[in-house]
Amino acid sequence: MEKTKNIYTDEKLLKSLLEDKDITIEEDPLEHEMVINMGPQHPATHGVLRLVLRLDGETVVKVVPELGYLHRGYEKMAENMSYYEYIPHTDRLDYTATMCNNVAYVLAVEKLAGIEVPKRAQYIRMIIAELSRIAAHMVAIGTFAMDVGAVTMVMWTFKEREKIQNIFDRIAGARFTTSYTRIGGVASDIDDEAIAMIKNFLDEIGPSLVDMEKLLLGNRIFIDRLKGVGVLSKEDAINYGVTGPNLRATGVEYDVRRAKPYLYYNEIDFNIPTYSEGDALSRYIIRGDEVKESVKILRQCIEKLPKGEVIANNPKRVLPHKTEIYTKMEELIHDFMIVNFGINPPVGDVYFSAENPKGELGFYFVSNGSGQPWKLKIRSPSFCNLQVLPLICKGQMVSDVIAIIGSLDPVMGEADK
Amino acid sequence: MDLKTTIIEKIKSKFGDALEEVTDFREDLSVTISPEKILEFCKFIKNDNDLSFEMCKDVTAIDWATRKNRFTVVYHVYSFKNNFNLRIKANLKDDPPAIDSVTPVWKSANWYERETYDMYGINFINHPDLRRMYMPEGFEYYPLRKDFPVMGIPGSLPLPEKND
Repeated sequence: MEKTKNIYTDEKLLKSLLEDKDITIEEDPLEHEMVINMGPQHPATHGVLRLVLRLDGETVVKVVPELGYLHRGYEKMAENMSYYEYIPHTDRLDYTATMCNNVAYVLAVEKLAGIEVPKRAQYIRMIIAELSRIAAHMVAIGTFAMDVGAVTMVMWTFKEREKIQNIFDRIAGARFTTSYTRIGGVASDIDDEAIAMIKNFLDEIGPSLVDMEKLLLGNRIFIDRLKGVGVLSKEDAINYGVTGPNLRATGVEYDVRRAKPYLYYNEIDFNIPTYSEGDALSRYIIRGDEVKESVKILRQCIEKLPKGEVIANNPKRVLPHKTEIYTKMEELIHDFMIVNFGINPPVGDVYFSAENPKGELGFYFVSNGSGQPWKLKIRSPSFCNLQVLPLICKGQMVSDVIAIIGSLDPVMGEADK
Repeated sequence: MDLKTTIIEKIKSKFGDALEEVTDFREDLSVTISPEKILEFCKFIKNDNDLSFEMCKDVTAIDWATRKNRFTVVYHVYSFKNNFNLRIKANLKDDPPAIDSVTPVWKSANWYERETYDMYGINFINHPDLRRMYMPEGFEYYPLRKDFPVMGIPGSLPLPEKND
């Protein structure tokens, strides 16, 4: 047999190839630090969040979150349109809870302009805000479970959310981009059929929640995956400006609905669920508990819903009914003035915040007396909640980062504005 | 004595000269502080036992466009103990605008100040990580300034070259 011929006839070349410094096959890659990008297209980073991770093996050494992939300049746009025109844009902030944003925005404008709103309208706002909160928490619970591998959950929670969207379809005429509130009230009254739908929904969600709890909280894998992961302490949460369920999961009993009651939340009896662990599991459980509280609030709201007008009678600030515009001269003039010149709130600045599913949503208006805001700053809860990511991801595993992002429940429409 | 007067009295006694203005509009209390004192002031209101404004909810700026002191930096802080929202303002006199960063007092100010820097071009002195927040690195303009057009500036963001 012929001796195997070396393909490299040049001994020098072969030697230099073997000595190549770039070939690191001898070394263990896990012993070196490595930088990887997670997102913006990673499914668990909710669309447009990018995390630059520095890893030591599988352990996270450092995280740098990057935002801005969905920045649409909403605050700039607000400066160039009237207060009424901006209502549809608030839908696009936290797009899982459109009604909550609508309500928070108009309440801020009403605070600035000093508009009194009829009680029935306020109660309707409470109803839609709480329905919206349930819908948002359903997305949060479902996608979080999906992020850590429990895909069934997302089907179940979206089934419940679908029912809420059917109710919104009945109330507002739209399922997703509702834009239902108006400055001074709501766009239209809710009828008996909508109330029947809500009652029906409230009866059905109880057993569904029990099923959901059984599915995941009796699952050892799910619990082990989340317990003690991404622990956030009370002091850090306050220091980093975390609000909403994420703050309450660390043991701080702070809820804007209780601390600074708006609408008629002071007439309603409800609890604020809190946990002291501050880990991913408690952030998960607390959302389920909040859904139960929202159901409680909704039952009381429907019982207490007063009769009356759903929009304020304030001709200089609030748009009149369409039927009146077509038949009465005064109303036509007011409509013309509001549409063309705006509602002209007095000179000054106000900050109003409401409790949204993600945390405290605040609107800061600066008015110079014209029909457009001189400045609008949106204090969005997801933005500040994301700021704790580097802190609580440190020392965790790569797979835990997914669980932590899901547990914080960020919505990038709001974080990027 | 109600809460608002207590807070104002307390601030007045400590920062008498630095306190430029106190306004109360729609029950929102806001105090204007001279910008040199901002860090000292924030430390005081956070650590004082009666005030204890532990959470910084928001930092932003206002561009007045025509005024001589063009920018005002606005802070919203909250006290859990008193359940009270306070607004702090500082009118910037320098050009280019700059103010001390309050990140040593509240960690949450980090991203808010980055955002304000990104949108208004206000420099926060001693900020640990003053980078662009939403706009790409190297973007030359500050979008929320009043002289930035709503439709954007053509060519401010490089687009792919057209091939023949």
